[in-house]
Amino acid sequence: MRKLLFQSFFQRPLTEQAPALDQTAVEELAAAIQRATRRRLGRSLSIREIDAGSCNGCELEIHALNNAYYDVERFGIRFVASPRHADVLLVTGPVTKNMRDALERTYHATPDPKWVIALGDCARDGGCFAGSYAVVGGVSQIVPVDLHIPGCPPPPVAILQGLLSLLDRAARSATST
Amino acid sequence: MPSLIDLVLEGRTSRQHMPWPRTVVDASVWAFAANELAQGRWSLLGLWGEPSTAHMAIIDRDTTEIAVVSIDCPNRAYPSVSKHHPPALRLERTVNDLFGLSAEGLPDPRRWLDHNHWGIRFPLGDRIDALSIAAPYRFLPVEGDGVHQIAVGPVHAGIIEPGHFRFSASGETVVRLEQRLGYTHKGIEGLMRGASIERAAQLAGRVSGDSTVAYAYAFSRAVEAALQLVVPSRAVWLRALLAELERLANHLGDIGAICNDASFGLMQAHCNVLREDLLRAANSAFGHRLMRDVIIPGGLARDLDAKGQSAIRAALANVQARFPELIELYDNTASLQDRTVGTGTVAAAMARQYGAGGYVGRASGRVFDARRAPGYPPYDDLRFEVPVLEEGDVNARVWIRIREVEQSLSLANQILDRLPDGPLRVPVSAEAGPREGMALVEGFRGDIMVWLRLDGGQVDRCHLRDPSWFQWPLLEAAIENNIVADFPLCNKSFNCSYSGQDL
Repeated sequence: MRKLLFQSFFQRPLTEQAPALDQTAVEELAAAIQRATRRRLGRSLSIREIDAGSCNGCELEIHALNNAYYDVERFGIRFVASPRHADVLLVTGPVTKNMRDALERTYHATPDPKWVIALGDCARDGGCFAGSYAVVGGVSQIVPVDLHIPGCPPPPVAILQGLLSLLDRAARSATST
Repeated sequence: MPSLIDLVLEGRTSRQHMPWPRTVVDASVWAFAANELAQGRWSLLGLWGEPSTAHMAIIDRDTTEIAVVSIDCPNRAYPSVSKHHPPALRLERTVNDLFGLSAEGLPDPRRWLDHNHWGIRFPLGDRIDALSIAAPYRFLPVEGDGVHQIAVGPVHAGIIEPGHFRFSASGETVVRLEQRLGYTHKGIEGLMRGASIERAAQLAGRVSGDSTVAYAYAFSRAVEAALQLVVPSRAVWLRALLAELERLANHLGDIGAICNDASFGLMQAHCNVLREDLLRAANSAFGHRLMRDVIIPGGLARDLDAKGQSAIRAALANVQARFPELIELYDNTASLQDRTVGTGTVAAAMARQYGAGGYVGRASGRVFDARRAPGYPPYDDLRFEVPVLEEGDVNARVWIRIREVEQSLSLANQILDRLPDGPLRVPVSAEAGPREGMALVEGFRGDIMVWLRLDGGQVDRCHLRDPSWFQWPLLEAAIENNIVADFPLCNKSFNCSYSGQDL
């Protein structure tokens, strides 16, 4: 173990430059943040992830944000264990009818101000699962959505771009008040 | 003692079922098969329904012969298999939820996937309106001095799939764990009914995101079996490359995550870097990090070019160079071993009874790997070992995965060395009349079974059985008498799929 730890003193960090902000995400957010409470977040976001019936593909890519290449915590973004500690709900999946109550209750357990991000193609409108007897079809059917990050699943860079856009807008709207 | 073939001869055999026989039997033969399963000569591969038929796939433990037996259910009932053979229990509850076919003598008649939120009952059978208020779900009672319950989920603390765990604990020790799943039920088998083969393949690749390659692989092989298609050899070999890359990425991610659940983050940090390197190589070679929608019925959707090939070679060499010191790190860290050795033990008899696939079965002495037997190309032409251990604890499951990483590295390199040239796919022609096909493919988690009936280029019925069906119940057994705090560790060492079993 000592050898491995020692090596990491001399290796260059694997962590990469932050990606440029996604222009469409920035525009989509502009409206959302205007509506939202303009309270300073201190450039930090606490995220509660909710799988509302995804195939688990999105979760794999969210996990990847914590690896050394993306190192999401350097931006003040962290994943928390309870909705009570969260600023953002990151919701994946087409919202199955069996998860509908749990999603609603988690939303209500999250303190204001809060934002909801729908992640992945099926979180927008049910995607390829739309029309099933077991699926509501999109996160916005149940809770208000501020930002949508498309992809099946979206790669980590796309998720990071979306999250940074949210931080950027939140910080700017805070200083403008 | 009758063999599986004798059983098949007992009934009316379906002519269009490939590659293994399917036979329609009466109640007495069905009950005989259930009894043989209970005696342990055969293992259950799957049990599923149709509006008025129940099917069961069986594999002979010694000869690995496979057969499907079917029973007509004109009165919407069939003799329960789980009455004799508990591994069928959740499957029979599901057949009842989806089709309204009841298993006579079913030991546990509670619903499984149906949480009374669909507005209807029996969505794939004769639908009826659901009652607006259903009886609450009754967890199994646990009695004793000082026993308390801990309810966890469906929304968990980590970034994982939703499910509910009901622990009954006495102090720190778990007396009983009961799982309640079904939260991610999307109705995939319902969506597949009447879908084109192309759309059904897309859905199959979205049953369980971490096994998207394995599911597309199994679905495609079942279609090709039904239609008697011969896939070009370049596609056959590339499919195996995709499958091994998926296995590598998942094993690396999970070895790290198991160690992280024992509070050893260093291992996870290093494993996740290797996983990310592989996913990036997959992205540059196949245009998608998880290699989704690359395997399609008839062959492959895209080819591997020289640039992609060298990206994969480099990623494999990288894992090969750096993985040994991670193995050493795992092996030499006493505080980590203290958590994994002797924790969450699955008895060999139970792994055998449940026919548990993948590392869960192989860590408990069950020698089974679908790549080896029944086997499928190109694996019959490749050198690899199937690691097996007897201990059945978290540590054994970690070691099986470590050994499988080594095997997959070797397999991927062998494939790249010998990759044949040639066409990439054959057209999937729409034949008139029903054709049935079946496939068993080894995903990273275990054997995935797909059974389907095609009719005129459409899917009439498709059933996809995740390996987790026979692993989740073993997790309930493994955690007994362990401490609550070791549950995440045990759970991660199984890493069962929620979406794959909820479907």
